[in-house]
Amino acid sequence: MTAPITPINVNDRLVLRAEDVWKSYDEGAITVLKGVSFEAAAGHTIALCGPSGCGKSTLLHLFGGLDEPDRGRVSVNGFEVNRKRDLLRLLRHEVGFVFQLHNLIPDLTLEENCLIPAVAAGTDRRDAQERLHQLAERTGLSHRLGHRIQKLSGGERQRTALCRALMNKPKILLADEPTGSLDEQTSAIVFELLLDLAATEGVTLLMATHDRSLAERCDRILEMHDGRIHEPKER
Amino acid sequence: MIFLKLILTNLQRHRIRTFISTAGIAFSVAAMLTVVTILQGAVGMFSGILSSDSQIIVFERNVSDLFFSNVPAAVAAEIERLPMVAHADPVLFGIVSSSDHPIITCFGVTAADARIRKATWVAGNRMDFALHPDDVVLGARAADFLGATLGSHVPIGHGVFHVIGILKTRNGFEDGGVFMPIDAAQSFFHKDGSSVVTIKLRNKDDAAAFKNMIAQKYPNLIGLEDAEFSRSYSQFKILKATAWAVGGCGLLLGGLGVANTMIMSVFTRIREIAILRVNGFSNAQIAGMIFGESALVSILGAFAGLALGTGALFALKLIPALDGYVDVSIRPVVMLVVILLALLTGVAGALYPALYAMRVRAVEALRFE
Repeated sequence: MTAPITPINVNDRLVLRAEDVWKSYDEGAITVLKGVSFEAAAGHTIALCGPSGCGKSTLLHLFGGLDEPDRGRVSVNGFEVNRKRDLLRLLRHEVGFVFQLHNLIPDLTLEENCLIPAVAAGTDRRDAQERLHQLAERTGLSHRLGHRIQKLSGGERQRTALCRALMNKPKILLADEPTGSLDEQTSAIVFELLLDLAATEGVTLLMATHDRSLAERCDRILEMHDGRIHEPKER
Repeated sequence: MIFLKLILTNLQRHRIRTFISTAGIAFSVAAMLTVVTILQGAVGMFSGILSSDSQIIVFERNVSDLFFSNVPAAVAAEIERLPMVAHADPVLFGIVSSSDHPIITCFGVTAADARIRKATWVAGNRMDFALHPDDVVLGARAADFLGATLGSHVPIGHGVFHVIGILKTRNGFEDGGVFMPIDAAQSFFHKDGSSVVTIKLRNKDDAAAFKNMIAQKYPNLIGLEDAEFSRSYSQFKILKATAWAVGGCGLLLGGLGVANTMIMSVFTRIREIAILRVNGFSNAQIAGMIFGESALVSILGAFAGLALGTGALFALKLIPALDGYVDVSIRPVVMLVVILLALLTGVAGALYPALYAMRVRAVEALRFE
């Protein structure tokens, strides 16, 4: 089954923009991004596909402010990411991250892990709790809130990571192989949840994935090869 | 709450390391408390000797040690005759030795001196003091370690003295000292005056006028009130500075222990720090977590150290040889300073680890497995 391509309409509000972005490592020995340019509108789901090492994760990191481009401009919801003073606001309110490995803090409970972004942003405790319970209910984790991370299954851990990423109601969700460490069945459940939450929360999803079948369910698919982006005209 | 849990979690995660670090601070604090309290107690005791039933001490100006001070006997007599003076007691300090004890403090005093009048006489009669030049009165502890009893003869320095009394005082220096008639002491130590003259005024309010009078009439002498003397006497300053320096060195070692622990703590939780950073933790929040951890270790260590130090002081007090020399009453200001120094040491120890943590690049740290 192929999904129709959702083109960017002139009336759509652009939330992600990369302009001629270059990034290299090892003092220029390895160039990962070679003039990447693309735009994404609010509320769209975009799959970033391509072989390992083609620069998918690097691009996500640039949008999340975890890394800086050597050249070019990256902006998220109007903020230019390379500006360090906007970085905290970006991480606290504009973007949420979901990684292949859940990256949860093992000694904390599910609830405490999810509340970390709220603590960072100084959100009112009651509001944070309310938001947590809302997300936990949506992800089917309400009964596990007090459990430590070690006691959770892989799927539950990834759902927890999803809750945490959405805690501060970000506008953009950056997901780096979010189902890469899960079995097929769990992967399908988590991805379904990801799409569902992105739609209901009105979040723009930019997801790096190897899984073609998952990518096909996104509004757009961007192919990355040799540090450049190619968007197929039709699917 | 979560912030606090992040601090506590790491301390619980590495319990042995936390314990060693806390113990390092505790031992440092205990050492500092013990050294400072003992030396301050000694200073207090020496001050106590001088301020016994007196308000002002007159001694030779610009001497580094009272043992080198000389107030001529004629001057002491003139001061005694001043109308504003209730009584003036010349005291001559000297150090003597016996075969087993290289240092015994010797006090050359008059029969009217408060040390003789007000002490508890265990043996002998105070009326017999200063009747003969070779008579001495011993402090109870001195009598004990010299093996002397009433009527016995004891070799002290280059002479042999007749013990005509034994007195008990709460002051360690006095209790372990020898009291001689001042004339005999002057002859024994080849001095024509006294080390100090301790003054009691008829009216306390005359203190300033008395000191001015001393400064004008006897330019080579100085009169200081007891509190002024304790603050300004160079030997006390040296003792106090030494105590704090020794204690400070101990605390510095403890601080290095905390620094080591905190560096290890940061290294082992780089990934965790990266996770927090990705989720919006600022540099200040990351640093706060590291400083919070070290502050907690320091405070725990400081309180454990206070308990340990107090215990050590009580134990020292129980040693008979130190009876009277160790003052277990720990001054609140010393406790406060020690706690603050421990806290400061802990925070200083966490400076580099906190800076390191603040510089952690999330994108690289998250690649660590």
